[in-house]
Amino acid sequence: MDLFEYQAKQLFKEYGVPVSLGEVATTADDAKAAAEKIGGVTVVKAQVKVGGRGKAGGVKVAKTPEEAKANAEQILGMDIKGHTVHRVLVDPGADIKEEYYVSYLLDRANRTFLAMASYEGGMEIEQLAVERPEALAKIPVDAIQGVDEAKAREIATAAKFPENLIAPVADVLVKLWETFVKADATLVEVNPLAAVGNGSGDVTLVALDGKVTLDDNADFRQARNAGFEDKAAADPLEAKAKEKNLNYVKLDGEVGIIGNGAGLVMSTLDVVAYAGEKHGGVKPANFLDIGGGASAEVMANGLDIILNDPSVRSVFVNVFGGITSCDAVANGIVTALNMLGDEANKPLVVRLDGNNVVEGRRILTEAAHPLVTLVETMDDAADKAAELANAGK
Amino acid sequence: MAIFLDDNSKIIVQGITGGEGTKHTKRMLASGAQVVGGVNARKAGTSVDFDGTVLPVFASVEEAMNETGANVTVGFVPPAFTKDSVIEAIDAQIPLAVVITEGVPVHDSAAFWAYAQGKSTRIVGPNCPGVISPGKSNAGIIPADITKAGRIGLVSKSGTLTYQMMFELRDFGFSTCVGIGGDPIIGTTHIDCLEAFQNDPETDAIVMIGEIGGDAEERAAAYIKANVTKPVVGYVAGFTAPEGKTMGHAGAIVSGSSGTAQAKKEALEAAGVKVGKTPSETARLMREIIEGTAG
Repeated sequence: MDLFEYQAKQLFKEYGVPVSLGEVATTADDAKAAAEKIGGVTVVKAQVKVGGRGKAGGVKVAKTPEEAKANAEQILGMDIKGHTVHRVLVDPGADIKEEYYVSYLLDRANRTFLAMASYEGGMEIEQLAVERPEALAKIPVDAIQGVDEAKAREIATAAKFPENLIAPVADVLVKLWETFVKADATLVEVNPLAAVGNGSGDVTLVALDGKVTLDDNADFRQARNAGFEDKAAADPLEAKAKEKNLNYVKLDGEVGIIGNGAGLVMSTLDVVAYAGEKHGGVKPANFLDIGGGASAEVMANGLDIILNDPSVRSVFVNVFGGITSCDAVANGIVTALNMLGDEANKPLVVRLDGNNVVEGRRILTEAAHPLVTLVETMDDAADKAAELANAGK
Repeated sequence: MAIFLDDNSKIIVQGITGGEGTKHTKRMLASGAQVVGGVNARKAGTSVDFDGTVLPVFASVEEAMNETGANVTVGFVPPAFTKDSVIEAIDAQIPLAVVITEGVPVHDSAAFWAYAQGKSTRIVGPNCPGVISPGKSNAGIIPADITKAGRIGLVSKSGTLTYQMMFELRDFGFSTCVGIGGDPIIGTTHIDCLEAFQNDPETDAIVMIGEIGGDAEERAAAYIKANVTKPVVGYVAGFTAPEGKTMGHAGAIVSGSSGTAQAKKEALEAAGVKVGKTPSETARLMREIIEGTAG
């Protein structure tokens, strides 16, 4: 799960990473009130889970509360790369002297974690990595040893921070590592980490913007994660599927997909998309993995979600009977269709293969449900499902 | 021979008394695998009856190994305790630890992987279906009755695609099938399996199944080009997956231009691997290679 900037900064604050964090507002009036409370210059920032909001006009400086209100009016409701802005963060203005970059992330290739840091911030990190790779330090971090002060100094030094900044940057790095581990994050990024003046000539480090991705697998031990969920933005079908513990992703096509096993379902999406090229360009409407054991109830829940998607014109049920045998899956489909009754109103193409396939096909043939077409191979079944979806357009 | 598992593999099950552990212990036994006991500290000293095969439950992996001579452990321990259970297996120096559990936090996988470095345990998984050498042994949840013993080696990130491929090529059969799992951090990789298959006299050809996310397939392609002389056929799932969405497997996420199915396919083809557009086409490519070799 990706967090909004304000959520990321709440998390940083909890673990002692210095942040500049004002108040979240969902209306222009609230933004004005927040600016009044903060006092002085403020920055109104769109809260969206996508980069490039500054260039899109989603970040505006306000000298007065009235100006903050006007900024919020412009920003709220704005579309940034397909993300609608529902809230803004009103942050205190900062007297930025310099900008730096620090992050920790999962390094899949090396099966460990990676610290990235640069003395040269203020630009897109992807751009820096390409144009000036020598300016971006990448230091592997051992999952067990983690980042202590010595390791943090090593990272800061490699990132070419000058001597006077090594200690304060190392301090931020240690606390950011604590955030990374204790929150079960797969990414924590501070960009920029800014040196800001405090009016008396001293300079302090502050995280002005932050990005965090949390590991969903750790939800069981991260009670706060549920509170981070952006329920308003979730697709209603995805939310419903989540309630039923189904692994569902809404896509933009017309062929509903149900399968067992993530790899097989991904493969099914591909095969349907290829088949769609011959049938009016129809595409998969969703990803839905009902898992290795496809019981009648799970099948019914899955069908229920897919049949409630108004863009679905046909459904392709693609099951390989490995752990569960095909007769159980076939019974599951028949029972599910009976449970759904009149709600089942779109043609179903079913492909079964694997254990007890003969018996599974016999059950479906005998049930002779008017909506069900049984097709022997995955490729032919995808073709049939695409054809039916195209005909139903 | 085959890889990782053979006739002499003696399996213990961590989490043998749980629902999944019980179900799959029964299936492993039914497939002829030598399962010799289980581990659950709270139920140590008891035994479990699996349709007439009574297996002892031990307090630790070490005790189970001492008492039974086990050299493989299969783990069904819930995600919250998976890390400790794998570290226990590593400390006991068991040669092979197959971690079936799905939903393990990646910080935990990273920790047990780091812990395993320089030690003697091979880890397969987590979130994987396990390893099967048909007719010899079966450590995990791969159905044993959909294929037979033969001379194809298979390595895959996906469970059901593994089963699909085993089934499509069941008339040829397999030396070993390894489901390495689709998580971002896994113990045994495509490359580890390719190396083992290349060195295995009982394997003639290799099927490699990948999916979107990460760059494991690209690195496997480079490895094949430099080191593998046996024919390799590949398949990659996820050509139509949208960017930034997780498709069931925690590792199957395309970010930016990296990790796409197209990039993986191109890398594999550049290494001389024939890549199928669908699972069936992939099976057909392997069929042609074997029949060509045979004829």
